[in-house]
Amino acid sequence: MTSETGQLRLISRREAIRRVSALLGGAAFIGGNRLLAAVENASPLVEGSVGEFAAADIAFLDEIAETILPETKTPGAKAAKTGAFMALMVTESYWPAEQRIFREGMRKIDEAMKKAKDVTFMQATPAQRLALLTALDREQVRVMDARDAAERREKGLAPRPATARAAKADQNLPDDPNNDLPVVGVSAVGEVPKKPAHYFRMMKELAMLGYFTSEIGYTKVMRYAEVPGRFDPCLPYTPGDPAWADHA
Amino acid sequence: MQSTSFDAIVVGSGISGGWAAKELTEKGLRVLLLERGRNVEHIKDYVNATKGPWEYLHRGGRTTAMEEAYQVLRRDVLNEKNLAFWVNEKESPYTEVKRFDWYRGYQVGGRSLMWGRQSYRWSDFDFEANAKEGIAVDWPIRYNELAPWYDHVERHAGISGSREGLPQLPDGQFLPAMPFNCGEELLAGRLKDAFDGKRRMIIGRVANATKALEGRSACKYRNACWLGCPYGAYFSTQSSTLPAAAKTGKLTLKPWSIVTEVLLDKKHKRATGVRVLDAVTEQTTEYTAKVIFLCASTLNSTWLLMRSATDVWPGGLGSSSGELGHNLMDHHFRAGAEGFLEGLDDKYYFGRRPNGIYVPRYRNLFGDKRDYLRGFGYQGSASRDGWMRAVKELGIGATFKDEASTPGPWKFGATAFGEMLPNHANVAGLDHERKDKWGLPVLKIDCATGENERLMRKDMINDMAEMLEQTGAKDVSTYDSGYFPGMGIHEMGTARMGRDPKTSVLNAHNQVWDAPNVFVTDGSSMTSSACQNPSLTYMALTARAADFAVQELNRRNL
Repeated sequence: MTSETGQLRLISRREAIRRVSALLGGAAFIGGNRLLAAVENASPLVEGSVGEFAAADIAFLDEIAETILPETKTPGAKAAKTGAFMALMVTESYWPAEQRIFREGMRKIDEAMKKAKDVTFMQATPAQRLALLTALDREQVRVMDARDAAERREKGLAPRPATARAAKADQNLPDDPNNDLPVVGVSAVGEVPKKPAHYFRMMKELAMLGYFTSEIGYTKVMRYAEVPGRFDPCLPYTPGDPAWADHA
Repeated sequence: MQSTSFDAIVVGSGISGGWAAKELTEKGLRVLLLERGRNVEHIKDYVNATKGPWEYLHRGGRTTAMEEAYQVLRRDVLNEKNLAFWVNEKESPYTEVKRFDWYRGYQVGGRSLMWGRQSYRWSDFDFEANAKEGIAVDWPIRYNELAPWYDHVERHAGISGSREGLPQLPDGQFLPAMPFNCGEELLAGRLKDAFDGKRRMIIGRVANATKALEGRSACKYRNACWLGCPYGAYFSTQSSTLPAAAKTGKLTLKPWSIVTEVLLDKKHKRATGVRVLDAVTEQTTEYTAKVIFLCASTLNSTWLLMRSATDVWPGGLGSSSGELGHNLMDHHFRAGAEGFLEGLDDKYYFGRRPNGIYVPRYRNLFGDKRDYLRGFGYQGSASRDGWMRAVKELGIGATFKDEASTPGPWKFGATAFGEMLPNHANVAGLDHERKDKWGLPVLKIDCATGENERLMRKDMINDMAEMLEQTGAKDVSTYDSGYFPGMGIHEMGTARMGRDPKTSVLNAHNQVWDAPNVFVTDGSSMTSSACQNPSLTYMALTARAADFAVQELNRRNL
């Protein structure tokens, strides 16, 4: 990604941290040491950046998230500052091999859009974005489902029952592009090593996590009772009513 | 100058240590309660308890920096929200000959702050099993000796549950039971019919108060217990036993106090006190007392015994039988099945019940006979799926988002908790090659499950699938997420009770055979593991042993 404006405004580390915090909707810092290091090591420090994600990258991720979770009768992913959250999680919670796949995924999306419509992802219309990401979603579901099935076979577990979702998956998509990648993380003795997910699964998962666990997600998209005070075990439900959010 | 002489010293302030401090002070003893970690003050120090879930930078998840710092915790329970309650692994390492997940909480309250709170009595099917099957050694007690102490601890701890009249899971002194939700109600009824009453689903018996108790509010159904409860609604040392002990005016609590050894009068084979290393200043102090209760948790109490009286017994205090450190157990779990429930799409619930359902053991009971010994119980729940279901589903965009914002299908899932047989070869000992931050040789753990657990695990997976299919659940799938000893955080054994000093470390009153004024009443003392969650039994054993200790003091036998 290149900077949208080309005008890099250098800022202090303290200021950068304050702004990352603001980008995330004023979230308190808890154990953000790695982020501090990432912010400190990022060179140069740019207004609106998170780790190695420049402001333009975050704007790009906001549009990815908004395409997955657009504004409807409830706010969309951009309003919940989902792009900045995705950048933070990739910076702090992903291992280097996963970070590389995520960044390459951003590049692939832009290239695919250029190839298909001769515009960048940012220049594309919402309908063009939705069409491209819908195809990528089919690809990731197929890849990840095939991987899950293989893991179950290895463990000697019965295949998952066929569901409507599986039946809908497109069977004519390419094979797992991450098949030959090294495993990530430090595996404990006997632990099954984790293989990086398909890049669009990463994006979808982070977008949904960032959106639904934001204050907007908890209080405007779902319903949240901080102190329910009681447990009603069986109530009538009207289709379309939002879910009650979990605490944890 | 603070006194260094007490009537009793209790080592460890978790579930067992809190009970020892309460019982001994209430019986008039001046008690020193020693805790190796920091103090955690009730409510004031539950720093994340009322935080909005969106206020965490990583929304409760983990970072690679956390994974690097917590090589053990990362295998399962590592999270951003209650990280401060888990041990600093760099300061307190241990050696794994085979993978053993040891999840520890070194602070006042210990793991009573984060425990799962499921509270079940054991029965004579459990206490008699070793003797009947010729496994390990016989328990030196039977259910009728422990029953009044279960009554006693349940009344104070506050256990909610339903009376069911099941011989393998005796009823107790319960607070009102939490209800099933409509999905569980449906399944429980069908299960009873489908298996002729032999397999039953009951509501979990849980240490959450459903009515206000002294100094504690009734449960508010927030389901954030593991962050510490600002209402004191679940049992912890802080909410329950510590205030009771403090009220007597006879308690001295000292955090940051690592007990490096139990001091022994060699001539009389009696402990005289303990040596304490201040974890912060590294100053050493000796404290004396007439009786000593070791409640530092399974493995930690044994670790302390191994460091004590080594001039008399090279293997440490309690090692004369050759069983100290041996017979380490846990519950194996993370295997079961899940499925979807139909016909309830117009039903929902409100409130976050911090409890699930329980399917008591039915295998190898009442005429059932399998190719393995003992059995398992299931823990699980029914719920409507949340937004996370949609991550794996095909789709993006407006309809997808609005659909993901509503409750998903009703789902039921349960995992079995299986008994692990005692085995002399499953052992912990001192690793003299490796020291912790304070220069103490660390524990070396060599423990594995065996053939009995492997065979049981097949039933643990297939039985739940069978039950779900026979009760009309759809799309039933089984799972085995893998298990390594320790993961259950139900570690037991290493200083077992028994009838013979040649084959056990403790007698029927939890006294160390080699020094009868030393009592070990935590999970170390267990002779077998049953399949029920063990903490309630530690509470009962501790209260019983404290009562006996005071009687013996009064009789001048200690």
